[in-house]
Amino acid sequence: MANFFLENPDLQFHFNRFKLEEIVGIAEDDYEQSRTYRYAPVNYADAIENYRKVLEVVGELAANRIAPRAADVDHEGAQWHDGKVSYAAGTQKNLEELSQADLMGMILPRKYGGLNFPFTMYMMATEMISRADASLMNIFGLQDIGDTIRKFGNEAQREEFLPGFCTGEYTGAMALTEPDAGSDLQAVKLQAYQNAEGKWFLKGMKRFITNGNGDVLVVLARSESGTKDGRGLSIFACYGRDGVVVRRIENKLGIHGSPTCELQFNDVPAQLVGSRKFGLIKYTIDLMYRARMGVSAQALGISQAAYEEALVYAKDRVQFGKSIYTFPAVSNMLIEMRVTLEMNRSLFYRAAQVVDRKEKIEELIEKRKEEGKPVTELVQDLRQVTAMAGLMTPLSKYILTESANKITYDALQIHGGTGYMKEFRVERLARDARITNIYEGTSQLQIVALYGSVINDIMRAEFEKNEAREYRGGLTQLAASLKEIRGLFIDCLRYVNEKKDKTYQEVAAKDLVELYGYLVIGYLLLDEAEENDRKVFIANRYILTSLASARRNAESIKSGVFTDLLHADSILQV
Amino acid sequence: MYHSIVLVKQVPDTANITGNVMQDDGTVNRSKLPAIFNPEDRVALEMALRIKDQFGGKITVMTMGPPRASDILRECLYMGADEGVLISDRKFAGADTLATSYVLSEAIRKEGSYDFIFAGRQAIDGDTAQVGPQTCEKLGIPQITYLEEIQKVEGKTLTAKRKIEGGYEVVRCTLPVLVTVIKDAVEPRPFSAKRVMAFKGAKSLMEIEKMAEGNSLLYVDQLRHEFEARQLFIRTLTMDDLKLDADRCGVHGSPTKVYKVESVVLAGGDREMIEPTKTGLGKLVDKLMEDHILG
Repeated sequence: MANFFLENPDLQFHFNRFKLEEIVGIAEDDYEQSRTYRYAPVNYADAIENYRKVLEVVGELAANRIAPRAADVDHEGAQWHDGKVSYAAGTQKNLEELSQADLMGMILPRKYGGLNFPFTMYMMATEMISRADASLMNIFGLQDIGDTIRKFGNEAQREEFLPGFCTGEYTGAMALTEPDAGSDLQAVKLQAYQNAEGKWFLKGMKRFITNGNGDVLVVLARSESGTKDGRGLSIFACYGRDGVVVRRIENKLGIHGSPTCELQFNDVPAQLVGSRKFGLIKYTIDLMYRARMGVSAQALGISQAAYEEALVYAKDRVQFGKSIYTFPAVSNMLIEMRVTLEMNRSLFYRAAQVVDRKEKIEELIEKRKEEGKPVTELVQDLRQVTAMAGLMTPLSKYILTESANKITYDALQIHGGTGYMKEFRVERLARDARITNIYEGTSQLQIVALYGSVINDIMRAEFEKNEAREYRGGLTQLAASLKEIRGLFIDCLRYVNEKKDKTYQEVAAKDLVELYGYLVIGYLLLDEAEENDRKVFIANRYILTSLASARRNAESIKSGVFTDLLHADSILQV
Repeated sequence: MYHSIVLVKQVPDTANITGNVMQDDGTVNRSKLPAIFNPEDRVALEMALRIKDQFGGKITVMTMGPPRASDILRECLYMGADEGVLISDRKFAGADTLATSYVLSEAIRKEGSYDFIFAGRQAIDGDTAQVGPQTCEKLGIPQITYLEEIQKVEGKTLTAKRKIEGGYEVVRCTLPVLVTVIKDAVEPRPFSAKRVMAFKGAKSLMEIEKMAEGNSLLYVDQLRHEFEARQLFIRTLTMDDLKLDADRCGVHGSPTKVYKVESVVLAGGDREMIEPTKTGLGKLVDKLMEDHILG
């Protein structure tokens, strides 16, 4: 039987390389949980075996049940009728089966019925589900809502909401954006007020809410009347059935299976989650780490699906008496896609492990504090890993979602005219990919998020260590290329800093971030190439291409071309 | 509360036959083919699970096969079965449907009371659809074959829809009953992740023996007790355990001998143009009758 886990050698490669001893040890309370739960692991090897087995279940489910339904889900889409949203029949079936398979609470604690899996494993599952049906990820991925309640809510709230997420009885929604508060969430207006007994109620509008018809909504609302910025916002949990009206759903280019709702809150009773005023500045930002990783996984899954379609088509399609796969122009595109896909995965699963570690160290600190144990060292550790997460998360989001657009574009191109037709899967994939570099922060905003880490060169020490390292055989040459890219980066950084022109810096940020990205990914691929001969090809293609791109990035920064932004009005004259 | 017994079989994946897997005696060299859970047996298990979901009770899954058939018993546990029983003995090898149904019926008798026996209509390797009915005959209980839908279970009565040529019929009978189910009756549920983790280490006696073989510090009896205590022991029955008549088991008890197996490919050959006129159509009908396709 087809299996998106077992039959994907690159996923196997990464799975086998994971180093999760520390993360799993923390998550399993040093394997104490196995005394209480039959399905809890007894040691690290057992935990890995559990993850492998469950990912096999996900791979089987994705390949044989979810993927075959995807075309119908896309065609039928989620529907809105008289204020009620219904999923496409295939989506409904998918959700039932994901629930039967116990996969709707993968990262939630066992105490509430979850699997207590590391974030990294959840991301692998998300990649496979997205490969089968990208629109399903939007609902599957909302178990993050449960996780937000777990992290910031109180025990009563955890007991109230989490079991429903784990059984699949509840789906969730994260209600952040409003008509006038998209990328700029500080402008959120939806009002949260208290009655005489101190009970909270929500009143106002939300727009573009994925699965806004969900049972449990986590809502960003203005709890401090009279405030205008992010410090007046808090988060609340409420039930959709308690007066949340879905006014309409959007008619979208892609991810048709996922309903995007406009919501009206008519004095909906709600519970404050966590502390007042931390809604945006702490909780939403934390949620964003995971949401951005989720979208990166979605993009990666779409890329894998598109690549597979293109490869099969290229081999089958005969023109001029030969399979088009044998034409250099086509095989080169396929290689580019494959290399992009694999470099995406290297970046992504490193990022996932960083986020995983960040979350687990946070948990450990909380636990130690409760036990009255010292945490100084851990806090130091957390600072470092948080800085890394601050780099790796937006970098993954930026690179993987842009890659998904390029890969689906090329996959459609390889199909020629037929790819433009609805009969072929690649058409849907190209539409589905298009949202990934927009929602959960556009690519442009990922660059803004990355800029600080990049201009502070936060990986300098690691890069310098790598530069001093000896690599085997031909990899020395590639290491030299990375060193050259680093030279270009330092040079450009100096140039931009010296320019002291904020507008110029903002535009040059994209090129600087890309330069930094080549280094981060290049060294990851070199490490892999040290271990695995086939990966030498991947590192070689990626690093040499990146060197050429780096020269272009450097050239555009240093040519001063962006100074014409001063004349934007003249250039864009009507 | 009902006790259901589900009969399952591990079969070679006949959809993917490659290379030289047929042996001289006409049987299949199973070791050369990937082994899978017979699809209709999985549907049978789903039926049993739905009965359990609705009324409670217990599900015992049984398979007769080589030691590696434990794989599908574990899969049954992953789906929700309560217990797996492996019926395995070298002396069972080469059994036809008669010998198989003898062994199965004796194993079922040993189980004591039960309300339902579910089985797939047929296995994809032999396609005989005989094992279910033959087992049932030996047990002397009613049977419903080609079951499409369970309509009602009430006390000791079952009302069900069975598929017949050109339609269906609704039948009613008393429990205990053996039913064989068709592929589209219900869609088998996916594995439960929790059960996969809980039962991944379940082992049959043969598997435990194998574990002990490679390590002189391990003793079979001790291991068996450990597995039993952790509810990870797949009960294993041999010919001796069942006190069976050796002449009715395996090759000895099997009058059916496979003479020859061949792969028949139906491919179009000649092509003939027929004019779209009345005379042309007449000729076409004549031709089809001549080839015994019509009439």
